[in-house]
Amino acid sequence: MSFPYLSTIIFLPLAGAIVIAAFLPSRRDKAIKWVSAIFTFIPMVLSVVLFALFDRSAGAGNIQFQEEIAWVGPLNAFYHLGVDGLSLPMVVLTAFLGFMVILISWKEHLRVREYFIWLLVLETSILGVFSSLSLLLFFIFWEIEIIPMYFLISVWGSGRKEYSATKYVIYTLFGSALMLAGILSLYFTTGSLNIVELTEKGLGMVQSVMPAAPIFFLLLTGFAVKLPVVPLHTWLPDAHTDAPTAGSVMLAGALIKMGGYGIIRVVGMFPQVARDYALLLVIIAVISVLYGAAVTLRQHDLKRLIAYSSVSHMGYVLLGIFALGQVSLTGAALQMVSHGLLTGLLFAMAGLTMHNVHERDLRKLGGLARQVPIIAVVFSLAGLGSLGLPGTSGFAAEFLVFTGSFGSTLVSGIRVYTLLGVAGVVLAAGYILWMLQRTFYGPVLEQYNGVADATIVDRVYMFVFVALIMLIGIYPGILTDVIQLGISPITRLIGG
Amino acid sequence: MNLELFIPELILVASAVVIILLDLFVQRKGVLAVTSLIGVIAAAAVTLTMWGGTDQTIFDNRLAVDSFALFFKLLFLGIAALVILASADYASKLARFQGEYYALILLSALGMMLMVAATELITIYIALELASISLYALVGFLKDPKSSEASLKYLLLGAIASAVMLYGMAMVFGFTGKTQLGEVGGAIQATSLPGVLTSPALMAGIVLLIAGFGFKIAAVPFHMWVPDVYEGAPTPITAYLSVGSKAAGFALILRVFYTTFGLPAWLSLDWGMIFAILAAFSMTVGNILAIPQANIKRMLGYSSIAQAGYLMVGLATMGMAPTADVLGRSGILFFLASYAVTNLGAFIAIIAISNKIGSDLIQDFSGMGKRAPVLAATLTLCLISLIGMPPAAGFMAKFYIFSGAVQHGLLWLVIVAVINSVISAYYYLRVAKVMWFSEPASEEKVPSSGALRLALGLSCLGVVVLGIIPAFMMNLAEAAAKMFAF
Repeated sequence: MSFPYLSTIIFLPLAGAIVIAAFLPSRRDKAIKWVSAIFTFIPMVLSVVLFALFDRSAGAGNIQFQEEIAWVGPLNAFYHLGVDGLSLPMVVLTAFLGFMVILISWKEHLRVREYFIWLLVLETSILGVFSSLSLLLFFIFWEIEIIPMYFLISVWGSGRKEYSATKYVIYTLFGSALMLAGILSLYFTTGSLNIVELTEKGLGMVQSVMPAAPIFFLLLTGFAVKLPVVPLHTWLPDAHTDAPTAGSVMLAGALIKMGGYGIIRVVGMFPQVARDYALLLVIIAVISVLYGAAVTLRQHDLKRLIAYSSVSHMGYVLLGIFALGQVSLTGAALQMVSHGLLTGLLFAMAGLTMHNVHERDLRKLGGLARQVPIIAVVFSLAGLGSLGLPGTSGFAAEFLVFTGSFGSTLVSGIRVYTLLGVAGVVLAAGYILWMLQRTFYGPVLEQYNGVADATIVDRVYMFVFVALIMLIGIYPGILTDVIQLGISPITRLIGG
Repeated sequence: MNLELFIPELILVASAVVIILLDLFVQRKGVLAVTSLIGVIAAAAVTLTMWGGTDQTIFDNRLAVDSFALFFKLLFLGIAALVILASADYASKLARFQGEYYALILLSALGMMLMVAATELITIYIALELASISLYALVGFLKDPKSSEASLKYLLLGAIASAVMLYGMAMVFGFTGKTQLGEVGGAIQATSLPGVLTSPALMAGIVLLIAGFGFKIAAVPFHMWVPDVYEGAPTPITAYLSVGSKAAGFALILRVFYTTFGLPAWLSLDWGMIFAILAAFSMTVGNILAIPQANIKRMLGYSSIAQAGYLMVGLATMGMAPTADVLGRSGILFFLASYAVTNLGAFIAIIAISNKIGSDLIQDFSGMGKRAPVLAATLTLCLISLIGMPPAAGFMAKFYIFSGAVQHGLLWLVIVAVINSVISAYYYLRVAKVMWFSEPASEEKVPSSGALRLALGLSCLGVVVLGIIPAFMMNLAEAAAKMFAF
């Protein structure tokens, strides 16, 4: 067996957490931060190595870097890891954000030890979700993520943090409860918990008769809560707004992508059901886009505004998925990565602004471009990317989603829905520009004179984020080449 | 007559007698706890040597020594050992009768061990009474008004339940003329369908048996005693009741219903559906009533009702397909093992905390994350396991038991169960929230004795091991659930 890249990537952050818990007392906060940085930096590097090593040639296997060990015999479950073109970018994104949030949190001083332990555990669980090929393992990582997020929001958050944290947990548990029922049903209709097998053989391996549609919807609901899809989205604004900055970055950047990723996997397992119900889900997607955008326009809390914009942007992902075309699905996956970077950066900038200015109410902000020029520039870049400016990753992703959906042949009336979805971009331009204008432009306010700008650590992660956003924007092929390899087996199954 | 198969039970009886005698002579009462522990460990060691042997019976086919009984005997001995460890601090505060305290724990364990081995109605009844009467006395051990009330309530309701069960047994006996479980089953299968239908005695007997057993496992609607008794009893005894007594009840139901009423299929479908409905009610009622509780022991009382509901999903599964299904039965066994370590862990942490703060109110646990980080962390782990979240044992247990139910067409019940798990997260996490996010009432640290720490460490180890590498225990459970040669 070759070097277990995936296990190493997944469990290094956890090992870091254990090192901190075992050896470092709270007062050694510098050491804790350095340990966290090291134990997230290595997985990031390894994930990039994995990305480089991934065999893109036509003859290569679909799933690569597999690790399979017998685990729970009586349930026919394996410790089974592996990545394909779909999950690999997600792993890289998560490992990247995992390291970035350590830098973003460099100024944290409240209960430092626990804080970094939870961040590291969180990273392990998200990485596990994206690399698991056994549904049982997948579900375990999926559930473990709840605990660190709960603590991160309710201890280090702001506002109604305990309310938001509890709401987050209840919503997620509700979704995963239905998902669990779905997984169990799937297991007994097919006798397998293996995602690869379930996708490749589809429901051709059905053993006992059980309609596929209920299972599909049980699983879909679990993922839809996470994505989130209107009307299951109400946990998101609360959780994102009240979470600490690093928590928001992880939530928006990596966590909610688990939902989109899961939905694509479900589509792969139930291609026929997905075709049957595509229209319904496309309509829900358009509602998510427009409703999310409309609500965003009305926000005057900086973080809440960004949070609601995620609802709208995740609507594009759902639209791309259920347009069921090769291009639209690729676009949906690219949109997840792009949104992870853009919204991650937006939340980081919002957090930085709040940290330095101590204000996040847009009605009380203004003219900050003079006082904090670096933050203003990077914030604006992230915002422009988010509204889909050409040259940023946002444009590449949305362009693929919309052209892919428009050209899709499987859903009747898809062109109308796509055009309605495009209206979301117009609204996005509205709320993003308005947000930037209200924060950074207009008359300079005296009370913000002498406010600090980005520190050197801040500048480091800002630079990396912006560079990646531009890179994907200018040459999206770097990702889409890989993503397509993961998408094409699924679109083959969907047919059409 | 192969009496050597009865040695574990004899060791327990001997230890109980020795402890009562020792109590008269020794001043250092710690000796009593050690003696009882030695007795339990010796009994467990002997039981362990029997594992894997052929199935046998003793006392004229009245007690079975099969892997099912051995699995449970080991479980009970493990539970008894942890309860004794957890009692070390508690019992030392008792002015008198420490010897009796430990002796009663052993005798109750003996009763439970006989319950799971009994294959004959009268023996079942006697074993059950031995276990119960010891527990009635233990519940009242504090002798304060609450404890006495709890004991009396438990005694009265327990006596009624026993009477109901005995009545059910009488009816079954009347219908078949047999008391041996296997023979009763044979007689039922030999009866023609019209013969069974025209005689209501059998159905009435089964329903009365369910009511009697339902009391032991604290299923709705036979759960009324639970909150008061759990609150009033000494906390180690509450822990003992919540896991030991419940496990014994489930073992009894498994054996009786599988051996006696497993066939014909229409009969098992009937009681399977009864259990399914009771399961749905137990989960829902238990979880909803747990939400407003202010006392953590009461809350765990209601939670144990809900847990009985999850366990009954396994019974319902068995009823749906008594011969084909193994998952339902082994699911119950695995669930009981993981529930035992989880709930014991939770109660032991509570004992350690309550010893210091002198209160069982959830609000008084505020700031425990600062005052006693290890206790708070372990209690949180156990609560997570009770919710059924990975990586704790509770998740694997639920996954395992629900998978059997889905397989046999009980998807609706599983959906009720998983939604109930979400409801339960609310009140379990409330305790975690108070411990970690509220300000402590004082800065004073909460000390805990070595015995408690050992017990807590062992149970938490169990919670994590069963949660991450459950295959070993699942295989044991499956071997035990292959079931009853008799």
